[in-house]
Amino acid sequence: MTNSDDSKVSGSRRRRLLQAGAGAMALGAVPGVNQLAAHAQAPFDWKKYKGETIEVFLVKSPRGDLLSKYHKEFEDMTGITVGSEMIPEQQQRQKAVIEFNSGRTSFDVIQLSYHVQKRQFGKNKWLDDVRPWMADKSMVDPNLDFADFAKGGLTYATQPDGRIDSLPINLDPWVVYYNKELFDAKNIAYPKTFAEMVDAAARLNDPAKGVSGFVGRGLKNANVPVWSSFLLGYGGGFVDANGKLMTETTEAIEAAKMYQTLLAKYGPQGVAGYNWNESQSLFAQGKAAMWLDGIGFAAPLEDPTKSRIVGKVGYGVMPAGPKQQASALFGDGQGVSAFSKKKGPAWYYLQWASNKANQTRMLQSSAGAPVRNSAYQLAQSSGELKSPKQWVECMVTSARIAQPGLPVIVPVTEFRDTFGIALTNMINGADPATEMKKATAEFQPVLDKSEKA
Amino acid sequence: MSTASVPLGVVARRQRSYYRFIMPALVVIGAVIIFPWLFTIWMSTFDWKIGTEAHFVGIANYTALASNQRFLEAVARTFYFTVLAVVAPLILGTIAALIFHRQFPFRGVLRGIFIMPMMATPVAVALVWTMMFHPQQGVLNYLLSLVGLPPSLWVYSPQWVIPSLVLVEVWHWTPLVMLIVLGGLAALPTEPYESAKLDGATEWQLFRYITLPLVAPFLLVAGVIRTIDALKAFDTIYVITSGGPGTASETINLYLYLQAFAFYNIGNASAVVVIFFFIVMALALLLLYVRQKTKWT
Repeated sequence: MTNSDDSKVSGSRRRRLLQAGAGAMALGAVPGVNQLAAHAQAPFDWKKYKGETIEVFLVKSPRGDLLSKYHKEFEDMTGITVGSEMIPEQQQRQKAVIEFNSGRTSFDVIQLSYHVQKRQFGKNKWLDDVRPWMADKSMVDPNLDFADFAKGGLTYATQPDGRIDSLPINLDPWVVYYNKELFDAKNIAYPKTFAEMVDAAARLNDPAKGVSGFVGRGLKNANVPVWSSFLLGYGGGFVDANGKLMTETTEAIEAAKMYQTLLAKYGPQGVAGYNWNESQSLFAQGKAAMWLDGIGFAAPLEDPTKSRIVGKVGYGVMPAGPKQQASALFGDGQGVSAFSKKKGPAWYYLQWASNKANQTRMLQSSAGAPVRNSAYQLAQSSGELKSPKQWVECMVTSARIAQPGLPVIVPVTEFRDTFGIALTNMINGADPATEMKKATAEFQPVLDKSEKA
Repeated sequence: MSTASVPLGVVARRQRSYYRFIMPALVVIGAVIIFPWLFTIWMSTFDWKIGTEAHFVGIANYTALASNQRFLEAVARTFYFTVLAVVAPLILGTIAALIFHRQFPFRGVLRGIFIMPMMATPVAVALVWTMMFHPQQGVLNYLLSLVGLPPSLWVYSPQWVIPSLVLVEVWHWTPLVMLIVLGGLAALPTEPYESAKLDGATEWQLFRYITLPLVAPFLLVAGVIRTIDALKAFDTIYVITSGGPGTASETINLYLYLQAFAFYNIGNASAVVVIFFFIVMALALLLLYVRQKTKWT
């Protein structure tokens, strides 16, 4: 019997065992894993799948690069050979959809972005539930330490039906980068609320000197998380329990107005075409007082070859909105393809990829923000952490108040496109309420159709 | 030997043997051109999003496109872009060809330098221009400031994005037009010029009444190539603006890409492909018809 057959048989046995308690095995009930683990027989052995080969499908990113760099470590430890393909994000997503639809995947493990692919993968059950493996002591590394994963990451990895079909790797809460020198020059404190944020942008905006009070993404599609960062603070949401869009509510329109004010009034000229790279470049030149974007930009901002504001960058948690203080969250993880014939070795890879050592390396090399809480202590105690202390504190606090920055629906890209165009139109002077209503009317049928399919 | 003197059976055998020769070509054309086309047309009659079940909808995708504001704007934008991206390189390429047709020192070297943009990879070209277009840090606004002109928003402005993208096309493809026209100029007979000069024709008259009519067939060839190239322009626009700001530079190709590879609406995207195919064919046939009219007699 091959290892994959072995995995199939033991998998079905595990599934039978799990049936009784499956309903209670939602994210919060992960302790159920420990009770079921008692049924497992053999101890965990990294060499169990020695001689097997798996294919891993990664996204070209600092995380993908880091894992590829250390694949040899996994191969030496397990005797499993890793073949990997790493392509840019958009192409990787397209290829994944086509392969999953064909019913045969060339990969056993895939990296996924929760904010775009979670619902799509979950609805189609393209990834295997990892809970049966976690319930089996012979399949789970005793050092996996599931309790070490941050709650935000686990929430992201858990499907609405309670299935956990991936292990989270990276969290990307949105934060405010601010230029301390510009703030200090005008004796302005870092804003604690949205109102203070707008006020600070107004006071720091100085077109004559080429300094913008605020910079962020104006380019359609890319710009939606900027608006959703405000939406969360206003206490708004994306879709209600009945599948109706909440994008023309007072909260959504107020958030759109705030987006319009900050970008059109206090943003640089041409900001409607700005993505993160233009924003980063302007901020790094000292030409913007605040920049709202993902947490992962400390490395270039503190690099003297890429930044003119090294040592002057402040890392601020998203100010509080009228209803709550929340940081828009994005993230990625890895799962085992439901069509894989090497599920056991693939699960081993998942455990290795998200282990403490890799998570700590990720932080040390500024390749991302780890999901494991221990990574922050380990990285700091190793003395190899280059990121500033304020960045780490900002990351930890932001992760604590983080909420998904995009709706968990299948047509996320269409959502971003439709509302992205509306937001760009607002920068060019369109009325926020009219644009949000128009976009909602346009997108609701797309959403309805996707849920019926 | 005439067919009439050969027995009928032999003729039939020969004709059968001819089919064997054309079969490979037929198979290849059928597999790579005809089948994909028929399949695309077939798919365009379905409401099919990857990951869902396909439903036959007849011509519903086409009727939906006919009233789809975003698609219609993309069609108009494609024509706007195409007209500018064909006419400007044709004019500038012809002027460049006339200059390089004359004898002057370092002509060969300068001609070599002039055609260099054409050799660059479109994506690399697009990335360089993206940096140059940056309103705050781009070199173009710096150059404008040197001559006392106010800064422009270039591709960051909905009004200027198409002309700015055409600027990249002009830089990239004017050399191609120049090469085609230069080839035409080199092939021109000298007698009409000598005769016209004897009759006292001016330089402008020589160009207007001799050079232009004689190089017209070459200009038409350049026009056809440029039109098809401009219609299918994707890489440059995608890299520089991704169709933005908003949808200000979303041409049919960009719209098609979004529908097919971002939204996975394969039925709708197939209908766009079919419509786009007929647009390209109609324009190409029109230009070829005009070319027939301009042939040397």
